[in-house]
Amino acid sequence: MNFPILTAITFIPLLISTIVLLIPKSKENWIRSVSTVLSLIPLALSIYIYIAVRADPGKMHFTEEYSWIPAIDVYYRMGVDGLSAVMLVLTTLLSTLCYYYSIYTIKNRVKEYYFLFLLLQVGMSGVFVSLDFIFFYVFWEIGLVPMYLLIGIWGGERRIYASIKFFLYTLAGSMAMLLAIIGVYLATGTFNILEAAAAQPFAGNFALSAAAFWAFFVAFAIKVPIFPFHTWLPDAHTEAPTAGSVILAGVLLKLGAYGLIRIVLPIFPKTFAFYSYNVPVIPILAVISIVYGALVCMAQWDLKRLIAYSSVSHMGYVTLGISAAAASLAISGREGTATSAIISINGASLQLFTHGVITGGLFFLVGMIYDRAHTRQIRDFGGLGSKVPYYYGIMMVTGFASLGLPGLAGFWSEFFVFRGAFAIIPIFAIIGVLGIVFTAAYILWKIVQHIFLGEFDQEKWDQVTHQAKLTDLATFEKITMWPLVILMVLIGFYPSLIVRLLNGVSTALVNNILP
Amino acid sequence: MHIFLFLLPQLILFLSLVLVFGIDLVGSKEKKWLPYLALTGTTISLAVSIYLFGWVEITAESVLGGMIAIDSFSLYFQIFAAVIASIIILLSIEYMALRSPYQGEYYSLILLACFSISLLSVSADLVMVFISFELLSISSYILTGFLRNDPKSSEAAIKYFLYGSIASAMMLYGMSLLYGATASTNLIQIAQGLSGIDPGLRWVIYPALVLLMVGFGFKTVTVPFHQWSPDAYEGAPTPVTAFLAVGSIGAGFAVLIRVMLTALPDFQVNWAALIAGLSIMSMTLGNLVAISQKNIKRMLAYSGIAHAGYILIGLVSWDLWYPGMVFDGVSGVLIYLLVYLAANLGAFAVVIGFEHKLGSNQISDYAGLIQRSPLMAGTMVVFLFSLIGIPGTGGFVGKLMIFGAALRKEYYFLAIIAIINSVVAGFYYLNVIRYMFFQPLDEPQRDRIQLPKTLSAVIILTCVFTLLMGLFAQPFIQFVQASLGLITS
Repeated sequence: MNFPILTAITFIPLLISTIVLLIPKSKENWIRSVSTVLSLIPLALSIYIYIAVRADPGKMHFTEEYSWIPAIDVYYRMGVDGLSAVMLVLTTLLSTLCYYYSIYTIKNRVKEYYFLFLLLQVGMSGVFVSLDFIFFYVFWEIGLVPMYLLIGIWGGERRIYASIKFFLYTLAGSMAMLLAIIGVYLATGTFNILEAAAAQPFAGNFALSAAAFWAFFVAFAIKVPIFPFHTWLPDAHTEAPTAGSVILAGVLLKLGAYGLIRIVLPIFPKTFAFYSYNVPVIPILAVISIVYGALVCMAQWDLKRLIAYSSVSHMGYVTLGISAAAASLAISGREGTATSAIISINGASLQLFTHGVITGGLFFLVGMIYDRAHTRQIRDFGGLGSKVPYYYGIMMVTGFASLGLPGLAGFWSEFFVFRGAFAIIPIFAIIGVLGIVFTAAYILWKIVQHIFLGEFDQEKWDQVTHQAKLTDLATFEKITMWPLVILMVLIGFYPSLIVRLLNGVSTALVNNILP
Repeated sequence: MHIFLFLLPQLILFLSLVLVFGIDLVGSKEKKWLPYLALTGTTISLAVSIYLFGWVEITAESVLGGMIAIDSFSLYFQIFAAVIASIIILLSIEYMALRSPYQGEYYSLILLACFSISLLSVSADLVMVFISFELLSISSYILTGFLRNDPKSSEAAIKYFLYGSIASAMMLYGMSLLYGATASTNLIQIAQGLSGIDPGLRWVIYPALVLLMVGFGFKTVTVPFHQWSPDAYEGAPTPVTAFLAVGSIGAGFAVLIRVMLTALPDFQVNWAALIAGLSIMSMTLGNLVAISQKNIKRMLAYSGIAHAGYILIGLVSWDLWYPGMVFDGVSGVLIYLLVYLAANLGAFAVVIGFEHKLGSNQISDYAGLIQRSPLMAGTMVVFLFSLIGIPGTGGFVGKLMIFGAALRKEYYFLAIIAIINSVVAGFYYLNVIRYMFFQPLDEPQRDRIQLPKTLSAVIILTCVFTLLMGLFAQPFIQFVQASLGLITS
């Protein structure tokens, strides 16, 4: 038997969290460094997987299958293809960066913090490697609990409200998903995600198929989040501690989109196509998320809330891309449809990675300025460019990546999504492009102009921040940001670094669903 | 193996209750070891029941003139009763030593109550059902009012007694209707009698069903027969509350399932509709009212009503089980009861520890518990998440089995109501977690809570079982599926 690398990557954080639990509370530095250093192991393993999967990304690799609860047909099934591999790299990278960044920023209840954060990593990695519905669901929910506690304990002023809202929204979605999972099981006789897709449950019964489809869709839409299920997000993001926001935006939102690509699209292609093309509810919601999210950003004066809403907008591209691919089924006869569908899924899944890197970076940057000024109000700042040039530079790169400047990571994913969607559902692609315009507007106007340009007003600064010291980035902050910046530039110039893996998955997926 | 050996678990419970009572009556002033004597009895009974469980497949039959059923289903509940008795005794040792001088009476009543659960689960005749039902009720009334200097305790007992006696009377009326229709009180003979019943007399079944459900609904704490429970739960000594919340409900399900499946299987359409209605009301009302509770015992009382509602879904979705069948309703009921037993008794252990040390049951006083006792707060989170049904805990497996059963029978409406309720329930359970974890304490209050060893043992044990049932559910589900053997016609 081969080395169970996926089990290792998923459960090593659990092992670390047990070690953390055994270290006495007073040895805070031990807890911090043990977590950070040991978290490099799953990171290294995920990079190894990334390299190993490159050769044939469309297939499942490193599969593991053990009987878990045979009485109810539940198996311990794991496997990775290109998409999972990319998401694993993102998860482990951002987690390690968060542990590292938190060494310097989390001062109280350190032990509980690292314990919960490591547990969160177990949940997230588990979702990306599960190939069994119940197993998937278990990890899906396990990630929910630590995040709830992280927001509630280390969050901002309205943390209690935000944490409960976050928990109940997600719980509502996942309960619906649980029913749908059982429904799929009763229809196909298996909890295996791949086999269920091959069996095409409820193919003859549109009502049941639509019910199960919407149950899954709502569960994932809440997590993505897609308008109108997004209202938990600004609260949770704004109130969470910095590292929590990074993980929320960087990984947790991706779980929902990953579910759409891995579960909903392959299992309910016809229903998905129906609601993407014939009755285009989903592209409409995607476009609303894009435009509405961006417009709210324009009106937002709280920097962290602004970034939070920008996630709603940017994740809208992902939904648009996925629904374009689904809609391709409805016009499958037309020439070039398959290629466009593949491109749009490539775009959507690339966006998962790039958005994780970019918005993760943005939340780190917001946390850094908040730690100095203790305010996030954009109006309180101004002229910081001359005072903190290093910070300014990094923020510029990240902000431009976010607005999709060619040469940086964000460009490719948006380009692919619109290239794919334009050929399949042109009208929504055209409206969606508006989002890019608004994004450019709020990044340039709100962030660049209001915060960094103009004259620095020392008096105002002293007044709003109670004479806080304004220093440029410290070494640990630079170390946190550099891997992300490098990735943004690297993917900007060489997107096949990631796309090559995603393309294999998209091609296989589209070939399976198109007749 | 002699068939009467299967009565050993009950006999051992009965013997230890006589011993505890007798020794207390004639024995020395020193009564510290009385609970341990009782505990020995329950442990032996548990061991014997588990041993017998392996033999029962061969011997499913009724004895003593059809009064008593010996089948795996009844052995499941004997194990259940013995576990509950042991845990309740452990929970009571420190708590009752401080509050009541009547140690011997208390422990013999606990044993009596658990003995009657055990007896109820083997009853194969309506007369036997009624006797053991009353035995359980009467011992519960006394236990509820056991702190006789506490007016709340006495009030709780009176209220419980009044509701209980009316419920018993109605149930007895229902039984007499069944007897009138079939000329028998034996459950199997009733089933046979009803299959050949004169169509003109068929209508008798419906009032009989409703009246029987009053009694069973009272024991399983189902809306609208639940009104006694919040007050009784709040006023009773907390270990007794724990008993009522788990043991008494379990007994109610034991008798409900046996009577419905043995005597009335042909009328599933009728009782399933009735029970489905009760289930919806229980889930919804229990959860909604629990939200506004400030006292944790009352909150757990209302949440118990909601859980009874979920469990009823399993019974509604009953189907004859065959090996290899996935998601059958009664397995769901039995697994849910186990899960609920572990999580709820664990939660009550924490509540008892808290009350014992700090004298309060207000949820707001749980603020900052994580800093005062990581053990209590940490395990309480596990119990509450299990009650919500988060994966990794037993509660998830219970919900999965129950929802699975409902969907398999295509009761979509029931399943949807249940999931909406699960989300509502999340709200008030999280409220407790919020206080324990998110509310910081003022400095002077930060003394650590040292729990008595017996309570710590119960807390750790139930927590381990809650997690085991969540992560390694297979043996538990197998055990439950092996417990589905009922004597039938």
